[in-house]
Amino acid sequence: MELLCPAGSMPALKTAIEHGADAVYIGLKDETNARHFAGLNFDKQQLTKAAQFVHQHGKKLHVAINTFAHPDSWGHWQQAVDMAVDAGADVLILADIAVLAYAAEHYPKTELHLSVQASATNVAAIDFYRQFNISRVVLPRVLSMQQVRALAHSCDIDLEVFAFGSLCIMAEGRCYLSSYMTGQSPNTAGACSPAAFVRWEEKGDILESRLNNILIDRFAANETAGYPTLCKGRFTVGEDTYHALEEPTSLNTLDLLPILYKEGIRSLKIEGRQRSPAYVAQITQVWRAAIDTVKADPERFMVQEQWQQTLSSLSEGSQTTLGAYHRKWK
Amino acid sequence: MKFSLGPVQYFWPKTQMQQFYQQAADSAVDIVYLGETVCSKRRELKFNDYMALAHMLREAGKQVCLSSMTLLEAPSELRELSKYVDNGEFVLEANDTSAISGLQQKSLPFIAGAAINCYNQHTLRRLVAMGMTRWVMPVELSQQWLASILGQNESSAIRDKFETEVFAFGHMPLAWSGRCFTARSENRSKDQCELCCIHYPQGRDVASQDGTQVFVLNGIQTQSGYRYNLVNQLPSMQGLVDIVRLSPQPEGTFDWLNKFKANITGQAPQTLSKTDSNGYWLQLAGMASGH
Repeated sequence: MELLCPAGSMPALKTAIEHGADAVYIGLKDETNARHFAGLNFDKQQLTKAAQFVHQHGKKLHVAINTFAHPDSWGHWQQAVDMAVDAGADVLILADIAVLAYAAEHYPKTELHLSVQASATNVAAIDFYRQFNISRVVLPRVLSMQQVRALAHSCDIDLEVFAFGSLCIMAEGRCYLSSYMTGQSPNTAGACSPAAFVRWEEKGDILESRLNNILIDRFAANETAGYPTLCKGRFTVGEDTYHALEEPTSLNTLDLLPILYKEGIRSLKIEGRQRSPAYVAQITQVWRAAIDTVKADPERFMVQEQWQQTLSSLSEGSQTTLGAYHRKWK
Repeated sequence: MKFSLGPVQYFWPKTQMQQFYQQAADSAVDIVYLGETVCSKRRELKFNDYMALAHMLREAGKQVCLSSMTLLEAPSELRELSKYVDNGEFVLEANDTSAISGLQQKSLPFIAGAAINCYNQHTLRRLVAMGMTRWVMPVELSQQWLASILGQNESSAIRDKFETEVFAFGHMPLAWSGRCFTARSENRSKDQCELCCIHYPQGRDVASQDGTQVFVLNGIQTQSGYRYNLVNQLPSMQGLVDIVRLSPQPEGTFDWLNKFKANITGQAPQTLSKTDSNGYWLQLAGMASGH
C-alpha cells in the first residue's frame, strides 16, 4: 500500500519525501492541472529537479495533467505530456480521452493512471478507459466503502482512493457549479471557486463571504469563517437555512485503514497540492506511521489518539468525516 | 434545425409521465429522449414502460432515443444499463463512459450526452471513431468554444459523421453526488429517502441568505437555480447546432417549444424573466444573462 502525497512546490515535495511518502504527485504551472493556482506548481526546470530528487530517494513522481484540453490550445496538453515524460516522471495522471490516447500511443512505456476527474465509478466505466493502457484508477469520492470493496473484488486493475483532505462531494470531473457562478470550473480552468472571485464583507458583527457577488455564507462573531467553496455554504431550502450540500469538513479515512489494506487498495492519496510544506510534513508523518502500523499487524490496528488530533487540527473547520465511504453520510 | 425533448430529469408519477409524453406525441417536437438519468431508485416507470412510450412516440412520427443513467455505482445499475444498451431498436444517449463501453463492444452507434467530457476536437474525433453519431455539448461550454471545436480540421473533416446538440432550455444538470440532497433537505439519509423526490416535481429551490436562487436540488443531482433559456440565441446557432434541446419542465414546456420554433431566425424574440439565464452560451458565468 503506497502513500501518495501532494506537493505544490519543491519545498513541499522534499518535505513529503523526507517524512515518508512513497510517491509524490505534482502539477505543471499552467491550466493543464486541476490545482491551477497562482504561486503553485512546477515549471520544466523544477520538474526535472523534482524527478531527480524523488529518484535519488528511490521514490516515484506522478504528474497530474488532468484538466480537459481546450480546442485552441490543445498543444499545451500535448507539450505537458511530452515535458513530464522527458523530465523523468514515473506516472502521468490523466482524464481527457484525447490526452490519454496521445500518451498511450506516444509513450507506451509510461505508466498512466486514470485521474479522479475522469469520474470512473463502476467496472464498465473502468473497462472503457482500459483501451488507453491505464494501469490504475483513482476513484471519485462518491463511493461507499461497500462499493469500493465491490470494485476491488471485480476489477483486476490497481485502485487508488482519497484518504485525507478537502472533500469534494460531487463526482469529480462532472461538476460545473463553479463555472455556473464564476465562469471558471475545474474542467475548464483547473480551479473550483477561484480566489479571484472571493470577497469578504463585514456588516456589523456579521462577516459575509461572497463568490462573484453571490452570498455563500454569513458568520457570527463566535463562528470560524471558512473559505467560500460554493458547495460548503449555508443556503435556504424551504424554511431552513443550513449547509444544504455539505458542511465545511475534511475527509479522513484513518478508521477505514485496515479495510482498505485488506481489500488490496494499491494507493492512498492525500489531497492538498495547494497546502504548505508544514502541512505536508505533518500529514505525511501521521499517514506513514498509520500505514506502517497496519502493515505490521492489520488485525490489531488501532487509530492512535495523537494521529486523530493532528489530522483534526489540519482539517477544514477542524471537522472530519468518512464522507461517502460511510453509507449514512449519503 | 431540429428540436428535442431531453429526458425528464425529475421524479414524476407514472400518470404525469404518460400525460407528458402524450402531449409530446401531439407536439411539434422532432426528437424525444426517454429514460431515468438521475437516480436508480426512481422506478415509477420501468424499462418496459419506457419501451412502450418509445413505441407510441415512434408511431406518432417522433425520432426516439433512450437516455442512460449518469452516475452508476452499483452492479445492479450496470445490469439495468445493459437492457438499454441491448434494446435493439433505439439509439442510446450515453451519459457515462460505462454505456459507451457496452455500445463500443457491440459496434453500436451512440449519442454522447452532456455529461461525457468532450472539450476538444481530438476527443470528439475519437468518440466518432468509437461510434458517436451525435454530440451533446457539455452545458458549461459557449458558442465560441463550440465554434472553435467545429472549426478545427479534425472536426471539419468528419462533420458529416455526427450531429451537434445543445441544451438550450430548462434547469441545467450541474453536478452529481453520492449523497441525496433532497433526502438531506428532509433530514433523511439516502437509504431512507422514501422516494421523497416525488413530492418535488421541479426539484427544491436553494436560495442564498439574501434571496438569490442559486441551485435546484433534484435528488443526487444539483441543477442551476436559474432556468437556462437560449430562445433569443437561436439565430447565433445557425451552422453550428443541428438540434436544440428543451429539458422537460412540469409546466409550459410545449408553449416554450412553440416560442423556440417561432424564433429560429430571430423573428419572434422573447422577453426573459429575472430567473432565466444564458451566460454559458455567451461565455459568461452560467447564471449570468446577456445579449
